Amino acid sequence: MKILTGNDLKTGAVTWWDGSGWSLYVDDAVDVGDGGDAIIAREESARRINAPYEIEAEKTQSGVRPAHIKDRIRGLGPTVRPDLTLKPGDPNAVREVI
Amino acid sequence: MYKYDQWDQAMVDARVAEFRDQCQRRIEGKLTEDQFKPLRLMNGLYLQLHAYMLRVAIPYGTLSGAQMRALGDIADKFDRKYGHFTTRQNIQYNWIKLEDAGDILAALAKVEMHAIQTSGNCIRNISSDHFAGAAADEVVDPRPYAELLRQWSSFHPEFSYLPRKFKFAVIASETDRAAMRLHDIGINIVRNDAGELGAAFYVGGGMGRTPMIAPLINGFVPLDRLITYAEACLRVYNRYGRRDNKYKARIKILVHELGAEEYTRQVEEEFALLLAQNIEPPFAELERIRTYFEDPAFAADAPDELDRSDPDFAVWSDRNTHPHKAPGYVSAVISLKPVGGIPGDATADQMRLMADLAGEYSFDECRVTHTQNIVLPHVRKADLFALWQKLEAAGLGTPNLDQVGDIIACPGLDYCSLANARSIPIAQQISQRFAANGKGEILGELKLKISGCINACGHHHAGHIGILGVDKKGVENYQLSLGGSEAEDTSLGKITGRGFDEAGIVDAVETSVDVYLAQRQNGERFLDTYRRIGMEPFKEALYG
Amino acid sequence: MVDLAQTILRFRDDTPVSDPAVTVEAFTGQSNALAVRIEPGEDARSLLPNLERIRLVEVNFPAFGDGRGYSAARVLREAGYTGELRAVGDVLVDQIGHMRRCGFDAFQPDQPLDAGDVEIALSRWPEVYQATTDGRVPIWNLRHG
Ligand code: SF4
Repeated sequence: MKILTGNDLKTGAVTWWDGSGWSLYVDDAVDVGDGGDAIIAREESARRINAPYEIEAEKTQSGVRPAHIKDRIRGLGPTVRPDLTLKPGDPNAVREVI
Repeated sequence: MYKYDQWDQAMVDARVAEFRDQCQRRIEGKLTEDQFKPLRLMNGLYLQLHAYMLRVAIPYGTLSGAQMRALGDIADKFDRKYGHFTTRQNIQYNWIKLEDAGDILAALAKVEMHAIQTSGNCIRNISSDHFAGAAADEVVDPRPYAELLRQWSSFHPEFSYLPRKFKFAVIASETDRAAMRLHDIGINIVRNDAGELGAAFYVGGGMGRTPMIAPLINGFVPLDRLITYAEACLRVYNRYGRRDNKYKARIKILVHELGAEEYTRQVEEEFALLLAQNIEPPFAELERIRTYFEDPAFAADAPDELDRSDPDFAVWSDRNTHPHKAPGYVSAVISLKPVGGIPGDATADQMRLMADLAGEYSFDECRVTHTQNIVLPHVRKADLFALWQKLEAAGLGTPNLDQVGDIIACPGLDYCSLANARSIPIAQQISQRFAANGKGEILGELKLKISGCINACGHHHAGHIGILGVDKKGVENYQLSLGGSEAEDTSLGKITGRGFDEAGIVDAVETSVDVYLAQRQNGERFLDTYRRIGMEPFKEALYG
Repeated sequence: MVDLAQTILRFRDDTPVSDPAVTVEAFTGQSNALAVRIEPGEDARSLLPNLERIRLVEVNFPAFGDGRGYSAARVLREAGYTGELRAVGDVLVDQIGHMRRCGFDAFQPDQPLDAGDVEIALSRWPEVYQATTDGRVPIWNLRHG
């Protein structure tokens, strides 16, 4: 599947296109098919997103898994600071993204 | 320490106003990201993997207690209660909101700090010897010259759009603690036979994709021509440095392609023309700056003995202190490399504690080292034990300066959007491995440096052992190199062979260290043994 | 016909040269041209033998990040050139302060600049550190009277 990601303009937080807005959680990301460019153009000019781009991902049993490790780490947080990730209580979270 | 006067302060205040306005225009949509990006980059604001990152300049690595405290307060108020000290003697905050950037700069300006030119293709923060003004072996304190260069390079009208970023280092001793010859321009302040001071210019060093050691292009530039000469070096680069290929745009490529001799000839020609322009600051300005770097009031009767009865303290004081020019004093190094920790990270509380300790024990001064540690430059030996106890209690007493655990690691793929692989976890595993197997204790000096991509922010080329993260079809992979040095015997490491995965690289480091342990002769360091026996025995053990 | 006064921001009182600027190569072989245009890779010093007769030098900035034109401008001013020095191309408001310091006294940007923004940009820095030919007294000299 193709999904969209970028950073929130004001806060810089990593976000994912969920079909109607931008979610902090990669698992909310939806397949944009061929529509990515149009969404990017629209959302960028509405200033709801900064530096958005489209990536390949895969729908797995546990959620949405970006193809590249860089985006998987973006989806979680720094692997060396589990306390600052989006899943601070999950001991397997880091292992799953790398 | 240098103190701003009304003019220095006005420059920084004006910048705060300007950047606040630029951020506002971006948030309101009056600037697109394409237009805003070069502006924010001129002010050290990056968009990194997880958020905006702000890099704050620490000129020549020197901080007052109040400045260190302010850095801690900013970490608390605007970030997630920590910061990362970098190999350029700067600090980075990883979780900055664009909306807060103006307020952060204003908080910095209050303590005479800024983020000016901490990125972009301009002259970056000037780095220096972290023991400047304290080291027993220095010719003079190099920082006044670094400060003069700081002022000259701030908003330089001609050199704000260079082919590529530009880094200076200034030292003033035979021993190089600042990787001087691995900078675009390295300056060593020297004394000639007549007893006069001058600046030796080394131009065209650097790490990155094509590491090079800077050749000497002028062994003695009189100090009343320092700025004019630097201007000539930069002008030749600005006019003729390559702009067709980002990877060939650093000055090292220009110097290499022209040859040091031809580059020098062009600089001397430009220098002669610029002399007639009278652009040098009045010599009185250098003298004014020097007055800020006069010695603090060292006690004349400071006792020179150290009570070494506590064995842990004895180990720490042997490893983490450096000889001082004043009797009865040492420079103490606070390691930001606890076993299994993140190299260079400090919490807000630790920063404030270090600020307090600087006030209590070190004439209110501290330094950031390019190896990502903190120095209290002027500590009385009589106070050293008390200092160590407080550091121990705060988890800052790791006795591993220049040891295998004192690893330089760039942020890598945990934070950096340019990274190919993570650096920090490798550093963590190596320091844990050598703490657990006890070998760390018997290795002596071993400089291990890790970069998460070819940009080499982690100085891997200059590590006795260097590790470079590469992307192997979407999987992290690590290249090992041996034999680098960034000291006065500067050399570039050589790659051992094919790379390793995450677990493999930690084993490979241990294997290399075992070769050294088996072969070392009387007191040799890892680097000495490598230089004596060469790469083969290591290759043999690694790939057999 | 384009009204020059509309598209060029000038800090000079004399009348703009209406001759089109010729290339450096053409200029060198053409003894009557008054206006010449320097591209980024060209050596401003090659104009020095003919400096006397030049009334306009255009320095082209095809991309704002290519800073060679700043050196070209200073080289000409340092050699005593007093005619118009015009920055053309990708010239942005955040750069004209530095350009003024390097000796530019006219701007012909691809995208017109807002007059208010220009004024703010040019008055942003009350004082400066470096000496150039723009006549401003560096902070270094202010400190020492
Ligand atoms: S070396 Fe590469 S990965 Fe590491 S901080 Fe520099 S750019 Fe980022």
